[in-house]
Amino acid sequence: MSPPTVPAADIAPADFSWIREFVRRESAITIDEGKEYLVVSRLTPVAAAHGIGDLGQLVDRVRSLPSGQLSGDVIDALTINETSFFRDVHPFRTLVTDVLPELMRTNAASRRMRIWCAAASSGQEPYSVAMAIREHLPALLGWDLEILATDISRAVLARAAHGEYSQLDINRGLPAPMLVKYFQRNGTRWRISDDVRGMVRFEHTNLIGPWAAQPGTDLVLLRNVLIYFDDTTKQDILRRMRQTLAPGGFLGLGGAETTVGAPTDYDRVTLGRSVWFRTVRRPSP
Amino acid sequence: MPRALVIDDSRAMRSLLTRLMTGLGFDTDSAEHGQAALDLLDAEGPVDVALVDWNMPVMDGLSFVRTVRDDRRWDRIKLLMVTSEASPRNVYEAMKAGADEYAMKPVTADAVAQKLALMGVPVPVAAGVDA
Repeated sequence: MSPPTVPAADIAPADFSWIREFVRRESAITIDEGKEYLVVSRLTPVAAAHGIGDLGQLVDRVRSLPSGQLSGDVIDALTINETSFFRDVHPFRTLVTDVLPELMRTNAASRRMRIWCAAASSGQEPYSVAMAIREHLPALLGWDLEILATDISRAVLARAAHGEYSQLDINRGLPAPMLVKYFQRNGTRWRISDDVRGMVRFEHTNLIGPWAAQPGTDLVLLRNVLIYFDDTTKQDILRRMRQTLAPGGFLGLGGAETTVGAPTDYDRVTLGRSVWFRTVRRPSP
Repeated sequence: MPRALVIDDSRAMRSLLTRLMTGLGFDTDSAEHGQAALDLLDAEGPVDVALVDWNMPVMDGLSFVRTVRDDRRWDRIKLLMVTSEASPRNVYEAMKAGADEYAMKPVTADAVAQKLALMGVPVPVAAGVDA
C-alpha cells in the first residue's frame, strides 16, 4: 500500500510550517497562519517549472539543497511584491509637487539627488519616479541624479531591468499620455523607452542583509514591504534607514503602513492625502 | 451613488463591465453604441464616468467621444476608453479626441479602479475582486 499523498493543489501542514520557517529565516518575511492558499498558488507554478509533481516533493528538494536554484525560486515566488505604475496616485503627485522640489532646494549647491526604491519588484515604481521626473521636474535631468532600484528577488530584478510589460501591467495605473510617450509596443508587450530605463540602476538587496544604498540618500520609497516583517526586523530596518537617509531626507511608506505601527522617530509630514516621513534635520550652526 | 455608463456593442462585455462597475459602487446603465448612449444622456442627464468601446455599429467610440466633448452639457463626464484596440496610435487619437484615459481589454476591476483614480473619479467600493 502506498503512503497517503497530498494532491498537487494542496500542502501538508508540516510542509507549510517548514516553508514558513524557511522563508522567515532567508528573508525575515513572515507568512501568516492560514495563508496556505498563498503558498499553494505561488509555489505550484514553481513546482511545474522544475518538473516536480507535488508540493511535498518540492519541499523535500528545498530541504536537501537549501541554497540551490529551486530554493531561490521558492523565495522569489513567496516574496514578490504586488505593484503597479504610479501606485495609489497621490504619493506620486506630492512627490513632484512638494517632496522633490523641497529636496532640490536643500541640495541646490551640490546638484546631487539620490533616490532609492527599496522594494522595486518588477520595476514599475522606479520607472514611475523616472517618468514623473521627466514630466514635471526636467531640471533634475541636468543634476547628478541616481534612482537606485533594489529587490530581494534576482529574477524579478532581471525582469525589471529589461523594462518590458504585459498589457495587464500597462492597464494598471499607467496614465495613457505616459504610455504614448514612454513606451513602444512589442507584439502584445510594451517596452519602456531607453531614456527612462537608463535613469534607473538595478541592484540586488535583501533588506535584512547589507544594503546597496549608501548613506546620504535623499529619498527612500519603502512601500508595502514592512508589513511582511516581524516587529523587531521592521524596527531594525527603520533604524538603519534613518542612518542611510540624509538629514531632512524623506521616507515614503505604503498607505496601510502610515497608521498602525508607523515610525515615531521621524517627522510625520502630511501632504494632501499622502503621508511622508522625514529624518530630523541637523540644526543650523 | 455615482453613475456610470457602459457603451459596448458586445452583450457579454456590457454585462461584464456593468457587473464590474456595480461592484465598484456605481449605479450603472449601458448602451450598445455611441448614438444609443447619447440618447440615454439626453433622457437622463450626465453620468460621472462612461466606459467607451472603440468599434461599434451606428456610432463608434471615437465619434462618441468627439460628440460628447463638443457639448458643454457633458463637460463633467469622464471618458474611459475600454477597447481591444491596442496601438500607441489608437491611444494617442483617443486622448486627442478628448478621452480622459485608455484601458486595453481584457480589463480587471483593479485596473478600472486605478484608471478611475487617475481620472479623479472617486470609487465608492475598494476593488478587491477581479472581473
